[in-house]
Amino acid sequence: MAIESGPFRDSSVDGFGAASGTLAGEGETRRLNARKRWGKAFEALSIVLIAIALGTLVVLFFDVLRRGLPWLDWQFLTSFDSRFAERAGIKAAIYGTVWMMIFTIIFSFPLGVATGIWLEEYAADNRLTRFIQINISNLAGVPSIIYGLLGLQIFVRFMELGRSVIAGSLTMALVVAPIIVIATQESIRAVPSGLREGSYALGATKWETVKHHVLPTAFPGILTGNILAASRAIGETAPLIMIGALTFVPFTPENLLDRFTVLPILIFNWTSKAQSDFHDLAAAGIVVLLAILLSLNAIAVLLRQHFRRKLRF
Amino acid sequence: MVNAQILGGREGADMASSEPESIVSLRDLNVHYGSFLAVRDVNLEVPPRQITALIGPSGCGKSTVLRCVNRMNDLIPAAKVTGSIIYHGIDVNSRAVDPVEVRRRVGMVFQKPNPFPKSIYDNIAWGAKINGIKENRDDLVERCLRGAALWDEVKDKLKESGMALSGGQQQRLCIARTLAINPDVILMDEPCSALDPISTLKIEDLMRTLVEEYTIIIVTHNMQQAARVSDQTVFFSLDTNRTGVMVETGATRQMFTNPQDSRTEDYITGRFG
Repeated sequence: MAIESGPFRDSSVDGFGAASGTLAGEGETRRLNARKRWGKAFEALSIVLIAIALGTLVVLFFDVLRRGLPWLDWQFLTSFDSRFAERAGIKAAIYGTVWMMIFTIIFSFPLGVATGIWLEEYAADNRLTRFIQINISNLAGVPSIIYGLLGLQIFVRFMELGRSVIAGSLTMALVVAPIIVIATQESIRAVPSGLREGSYALGATKWETVKHHVLPTAFPGILTGNILAASRAIGETAPLIMIGALTFVPFTPENLLDRFTVLPILIFNWTSKAQSDFHDLAAAGIVVLLAILLSLNAIAVLLRQHFRRKLRF
Repeated sequence: MVNAQILGGREGADMASSEPESIVSLRDLNVHYGSFLAVRDVNLEVPPRQITALIGPSGCGKSTVLRCVNRMNDLIPAAKVTGSIIYHGIDVNSRAVDPVEVRRRVGMVFQKPNPFPKSIYDNIAWGAKINGIKENRDDLVERCLRGAALWDEVKDKLKESGMALSGGQQQRLCIARTLAINPDVILMDEPCSALDPISTLKIEDLMRTLVEEYTIIIVTHNMQQAARVSDQTVFFSLDTNRTGVMVETGATRQMFTNPQDSRTEDYITGRFG
């Protein structure tokens, strides 16, 4: 560069480094390198932290696989629990988990999604709405055992549903409903305002706008929120222990009022036994639970992509 | 009232033809956002089958006034519009009138092209469908796309997404979508501000064609655009409280060659804004 003076000339530096093919002089280069070092330092820190987090996960995962896989066979999946590790299985827990998930979904999805739609699209911005909004946000952060206490009092005792599938599902629906409401609201809020305006400007009513534009656009996000909520429900143990779901169940539930157990409770029960064989059984149970969770998440991703594509962006 | 004086002082040929048969009349229009008075005392006559351009510096309430005409401000909870908007002899700003009925007749094109994430065909057919327009759908889609000078570019890809078009095409699609509900007034809120000069020219040409059948009110920041396309120009400015006021209105040629108010002259000649 042959610029000798002018706006690019920095009086604090000792001239352009023409020979080295750089615009900057020595002092400027030194300062720039110092500024870049901060960026590099932050990048390195991030990588270290991610490595710690992922490393821990990988170690845990392989430990579980190492201990659990030898026990994971057809007999394990199709047998009831037993006092003898080699005869014990997770049939009752799988049935219980499926029953409970089906009814948790039935109770929580419509309630949560409808609440989210109402809060975003219909509710007037007044004190009542804000009160409800704050409470829902707080409920999403309440420890799940508190919901267990609530379920125990209301569903098990007051409504006399007993320690049944339906009491468990209702309790679990309470745990995940705030998560669904918030996911629904966030998805609806992410719908571009231009889309709403375009619809209203054509003489559409509120319901037509919500039905034809807002909900289809928000749907992939709502769906993801719901499936993540379902994943949370599958792994929850505390509220179900609280309402008194059984730990040793040698039968499958036949109807909504039957007693039941679920995978995380069975795993919890096995880990608290003295014999080390049961600890390995617990690892096998964890592998099954993880497989179910990962499949649910995979379904969430696939469904989201499917509905995004339908939306012709 | 500034406006009344100007109207009174300008008893030219254009006045005789425009004032008595306005399609939209704004009378003493005031808009509040919460406690802030955004626009005050707007009195405006919009003649049919003409292009009325609203110009003025940023924040002077041009878009706010435009959005009153099809009651879009109803969607903003804090906005309060007082005064009357007479459209075909009816005050459409009254509570008794459902904004849906107004928007069905007064179409709107927005600053940022906002086609629906649907096919080109459905973008146009949807408005007709919800409004129960009986016209054969295929004919309607073709008529509106031709009306918006877009047919030749998209006739072979009607099933493709409206979002896949270029910015200028998207904006013409939005105009076509508006034509599908058979409005008689079309509001355009800076329709070319997101477009390149060639697309802008296409939209301007289109506006000159559309005005043979429709009344157009356009908000624009681009004074050359106002001068090129509009028949009537309305100049807004800000008073000392940052409230928008209507300064002057008149035939476009007269406004750009011989403005009556010094603020208009300053703005048009680029000394301000």
